[in-house]
Amino acid sequence: MEIPRERLRWIYERMALIRAFEDRVAQEFAAGKLPGFVHLYAGEEAIAVGVCAHLTDRDYITSTHRGHGHCIAKGVDVKAMMAELFGKATGVCKGKGGSMHIADVDKGMLGANGIVGGGPPIACGAGLMAKTLGTDQVAVCFFGDGAAEQGTTHEAMNLAAIWKLPVVFVCENNLYAESTPWTYHCAAPDIASRAAAYDMPGILVDGTDVFAVYEAAGEAIARARRGEGPTLLECRAFRYYGHFQGDAVSYRTPEEEAAYRQRDPIQRFRQTVLSQGLLSEDELDAIDTTVQHEINEAVRFAESSPLPPPEDCLTDVYVSYPVEQLAFRH
Amino acid sequence: MVVATRVLSYRQAINEALRLEMRRDPTVILMGEDVAGGATVQHIEQEGAWGGPLGVTKSLVSEFGRQRVLDTPISEAAFIGAAVGAAVTGLRPVAELMFVDFFGVCMDQIFNQGAKLRYMFGGKAKVPMVIRTMIGAGFGAAGQHSGCHYSVFAHMPGLKAVAPATPYDAKGLLIAAIRDDDPVMFFEHKMLYDMTGEVPEGDYVIPIGKADIKRQGNDVTIVAISRMVHIALEAAKRLSADGIEAEVVDLRSLSPLDEDAVLSSLAKTRRLVVVDEDNPRCSVAADIAALAVDKGFDYLDAPVKLVTAPHTPVPFSPSLEQYYIPTPERVIAAVREIV
Repeated sequence: MEIPRERLRWIYERMALIRAFEDRVAQEFAAGKLPGFVHLYAGEEAIAVGVCAHLTDRDYITSTHRGHGHCIAKGVDVKAMMAELFGKATGVCKGKGGSMHIADVDKGMLGANGIVGGGPPIACGAGLMAKTLGTDQVAVCFFGDGAAEQGTTHEAMNLAAIWKLPVVFVCENNLYAESTPWTYHCAAPDIASRAAAYDMPGILVDGTDVFAVYEAAGEAIARARRGEGPTLLECRAFRYYGHFQGDAVSYRTPEEEAAYRQRDPIQRFRQTVLSQGLLSEDELDAIDTTVQHEINEAVRFAESSPLPPPEDCLTDVYVSYPVEQLAFRH
Repeated sequence: MVVATRVLSYRQAINEALRLEMRRDPTVILMGEDVAGGATVQHIEQEGAWGGPLGVTKSLVSEFGRQRVLDTPISEAAFIGAAVGAAVTGLRPVAELMFVDFFGVCMDQIFNQGAKLRYMFGGKAKVPMVIRTMIGAGFGAAGQHSGCHYSVFAHMPGLKAVAPATPYDAKGLLIAAIRDDDPVMFFEHKMLYDMTGEVPEGDYVIPIGKADIKRQGNDVTIVAISRMVHIALEAAKRLSADGIEAEVVDLRSLSPLDEDAVLSSLAKTRRLVVVDEDNPRCSVAADIAALAVDKGFDYLDAPVKLVTAPHTPVPFSPSLEQYYIPTPERVIAAVREIV
């Protein structure tokens, strides 16, 4: 598949930015600078980027616990993202969402989700909007192998299929739902084949190969835009960090991890574009430098931003509501 | 300007509100189980499609088509969640949760998604959706089709909740709910569908968060919700024969709450009875009592009395169900204890 040079550069830049963002978040979290939990996406970059390369700001995505990569692939500002993770007033959600609910509807990013399987019905709704208004927008529903076992995911796939909604279901099978291997929690030999139950195409993709993801997602998204209904992609990949930061990762072996790191999506991309002469080493290195600078800037911005004033707790609950009924009583 | 009115049933008033808003705004869609009815059955749209199991949305599909009146599979989590997603991205969906008792299968989409999105997104999103749902005992429908449960939703930040008692209020509140930019739970009492009353033609809005004095009186305030407004009015009529004049405050909105209406009536009558068909623990009735004690303590000349359902599921047998539902006699007895 021919990919324009500018898009190749974009793919590399986004994957590198996600990796640098997540590695830095891991450091900042370890240093005790971030409240709450973080679930990191490093290792799965090829999925978010390979899919979102086909989307515009007008298209929608729903996301998961592990949502930073989806945000970055969808073009959410990394400074505002980092500030959100730091709980700052300048955060993309004004410090009210945090890592697990990070969102930016202006970029079509309908939220990370603290509820496993929370996103699929919402993606159907975005698709229903597009179908009802007759636009060519699509909705992509990212979900994990854990969410593959939620009733909402199955209900949503059925609904999208009977209404022929422009929705693409992208299962990111990173092999473990928390600490539970997918081979234990899933009765089927693969998740993609479940598409047959909903009469939609189901495709198993190597989620560490951005070219493979790009190609499969391109076909699925084009199909959705043509009004031909949903597709299920299962993209297999590996998360380099634990389920959340602080997870001792006792459920997998160093050998398993080393084997997967041999298939690192960013290194594979580099090898491919260099061996085929599509991009030069100098230009990839220059992108790395820019990305590092951007992450440093993001952390500086987050650290220097103020915390939200405490009384901001009471705003943004409703568009309109009597404020005295929102306050605590005494 | 004189606005023509005519007599409509509560069912017709709801249907008319939906019809008028769907005509006015092409982004309003209706979705739910059998809201059109008979999907794929040829010509049924013109020849008697259900329009819901009790016919509330009847004939809307013939005017607006199946693109805007969407029969769903029996997948409440999927379609309520789809209403959330559609609302966030630009539609004004009205989703029907057939019986409120079914909230258990879709609560995550209501409570963790629809209700919280705006807040978690730092105010960048709005969720202009309505969930219409049927409440109430009296049909012999027993444990899983008869509850009120609105207090569950009034408890949740991010949701608004309204429960009209008359055809006039039903139409005006539903139009307000559809135009509201927040998610609104709209509770329809199934025993009121055949009740009739004067309803103006054309569109009008009853503001969400405003109670209504359904009867003036100086001796006791009876705050009531939904069908219980009529129980309270019946009790007030009988009490009047004995010289006790009750003021009946129809709450209409459960969230937000018209605290001023309750407190100003209490300031006048100095006595309060709350009539609520919902279960009593952590209920709207208990909330009103707390309001009276917290902000109206100096007005009170007597204890606050709650007339509610018992803390049980709704039973099946007529004798049991009649025991469950508050009656005018119980309201009168409560009033007599404090007047």
